[in-house]
Amino acid sequence: MSQDQKHQVLKRKLGPEDLRRFETPAIERESHGQTSAKSSVPDSASTVAVDFAGVTKSYGNKVVVDELSFSVASGECFGLLGPNGAGKSTIARMLLGMTCPDAGAITVLGVPVPARARLARRGIGVVPQFDNLDQELTVRENLLVFGRYFGMSTRQSEAVIPSLLEFARLERKADARVSELSGGMKRCLTMARALINDPQLIVMDEPTTGLDPHARHLIWERLRALLARGKTIILTTHFMEEAERLCDRLCVLEKGRNIAEGGPQALIDEHIGCQVMEIYGGDPHELLSLVKPHSQRIEVSGETLYCYAPDPDQVRTQLQGRAGLRLLLRPANLEDVFLRLTGREMEE
Amino acid sequence: MIEGFAAALPANAWNWVAVWRRNYLAWKKVSLVTILGNLADPMIYLFGLGTGLGIMVGRVDGASYIAFLAAGMVAVSAMTASTMETLYAAFARMHSQRTWEAMLYTHVTLGDIVLGELAWAATKAFLAGTAITIVTATLGYAAWPSVLYALPIIALTGCVFASLAMVVTALSPSYDYFVFYQTLVLTPMMFLSGAVFPSDQLPGAFQQIARCMPLSHAIDLIRPVMLDRPIGGIALHVGVLGLYALLPFFLSMALLRRRLMR
Ligand SMILES: Nc1ncnc2c1ncn2[C@@H]1O[C@H](COP(=O)(O)OP(=O)(O)OP(=O)(O)O)[C@@H](O)[C@H]1O
Ligand SMILES: [Mg+2]
Repeated sequence: MSQDQKHQVLKRKLGPEDLRRFETPAIERESHGQTSAKSSVPDSASTVAVDFAGVTKSYGNKVVVDELSFSVASGECFGLLGPNGAGKSTIARMLLGMTCPDAGAITVLGVPVPARARLARRGIGVVPQFDNLDQELTVRENLLVFGRYFGMSTRQSEAVIPSLLEFARLERKADARVSELSGGMKRCLTMARALINDPQLIVMDEPTTGLDPHARHLIWERLRALLARGKTIILTTHFMEEAERLCDRLCVLEKGRNIAEGGPQALIDEHIGCQVMEIYGGDPHELLSLVKPHSQRIEVSGETLYCYAPDPDQVRTQLQGRAGLRLLLRPANLEDVFLRLTGREMEE
Repeated sequence: MIEGFAAALPANAWNWVAVWRRNYLAWKKVSLVTILGNLADPMIYLFGLGTGLGIMVGRVDGASYIAFLAAGMVAVSAMTASTMETLYAAFARMHSQRTWEAMLYTHVTLGDIVLGELAWAATKAFLAGTAITIVTATLGYAAWPSVLYALPIIALTGCVFASLAMVVTALSPSYDYFVFYQTLVLTPMMFLSGAVFPSDQLPGAFQQIARCMPLSHAIDLIRPVMLDRPIGGIALHVGVLGLYALLPFFLSMALLRRRLMR
């Protein structure tokens, strides 16, 4: 792609029009959209939202992100799945240009980062792992102040704030101080704040950690609403269920390395490929020898035996008549993949 | 490295205003309390020392002691107000409240944040210094209207001490370190710079040190205009203050970049 074409694409995606849209009447906006659609060249820059190529970052001697490569398509929900300290937040910070990688190249919305991070940030919304709302200000003031950081006037912000409050289900809390909000409401407000610049890409760092199930489901639902609007989402999490539910594709991280990548179901099929029988209530090592001939793989974790068996009935027959044993047959999930990849006490 | 530092510089000439306005909005809610708090301390010093010591001291440099002290207190109150804001409040916004982190997700750069914080601290210094100036002028201890020339100098003094304090903020791992700066740097500076007694009473070596301190230059400008006397070496004083505002500004930006964007 030539520099010129790139420039055109950029201009369409990130030009000052983004902020002006608040003033343009709807009809004009339509036609504006059409002209820019014509002038832009459909190429990789418009379909790839984020690209990491061989990115490495160390703190002291500790390699936190290791030769990491992945690529996120526009409109996709991409998950970064990894345990504590896997480097998820560091990846998010590098994507925003808030820290420089030691090696490798990062492109976000067609712009090289960190070199032109400020331009890229015009199209990014951020929901951080740790709340950084202004506790002293009200809900509405938080949005207003944040709009100013993007160069939006009070009038421009006030034009979008009602719809953001509605999105966050905080209409009735508009004049409440942030310190009065519950944890779930704060996270919703952070999401609304991330949308004030109408970003194409939203980076969410563990958006549901520490929330109760109600709040978690609300966040998931809001997140899906964003995907329906065509937003691209990068979601970091260590909840397998969350990743499985929401992500189109994900990358499993261990110590900053990409150890597997793909759709949740594809990963499950590839790495497990059968149902899982959980067996507990007996001596796992004794049971191990019994079921071993009938399983693809067996893992022991504490007192539970995880038995990956193509034909679970055979295992059941084998264990028949043993008192106090409990069997649970369930479909394989991402957690199984994760544990398989990162290695539990494993017995092939 | 150089490229990285360039990205941390202020993005343009007006971005910092958004940062300033955020602080103003939060301050407005508690303004009455903080104004009273900021005013009380220097007023107590002024009238406590001024009247008490004034009886023993008599006249200093041809002015009543309280009028002499007033100029010192104006400069010191500007110094204290902007130092406190930058050490404690700005440090909280950088560290525990993570306000700066949220700003860095946007169009605002680290340089814009630092500039906005400095401008805000200087604003508070300006308010504190001006309030005392008005009180002393009203009571007849400062000459009217030449006292008005003190106002821009107060603002500049606020910038200087905000800038210096920003370096301390950038270097401190926690709040506990600020007290060293206050007791080992600011308090001696107050005594050496001619705020409470004329510095030409000091031994020669101390006078040399005093000449390097920004507070002496601020006082050398503020005192003559408050007493309506001719000022010597305006360019030198303003130049020194300007350097003390600019150099720490760039230094603190480099330090903060290393601290926050590593
Ligand atoms: N500024 C820093 N200086 C030194 N080490 C750091 C810094 N930031 C992160 N690290 C280290 O890098 C590693 C990865 O941190 P990171 O925050 O990216 O992990 P994470 O996957 O987000 O973990 P969590 O699930 O706990 O949020 C950690 O071991 C952390 O100690
Ligand atoms: Mg994290």
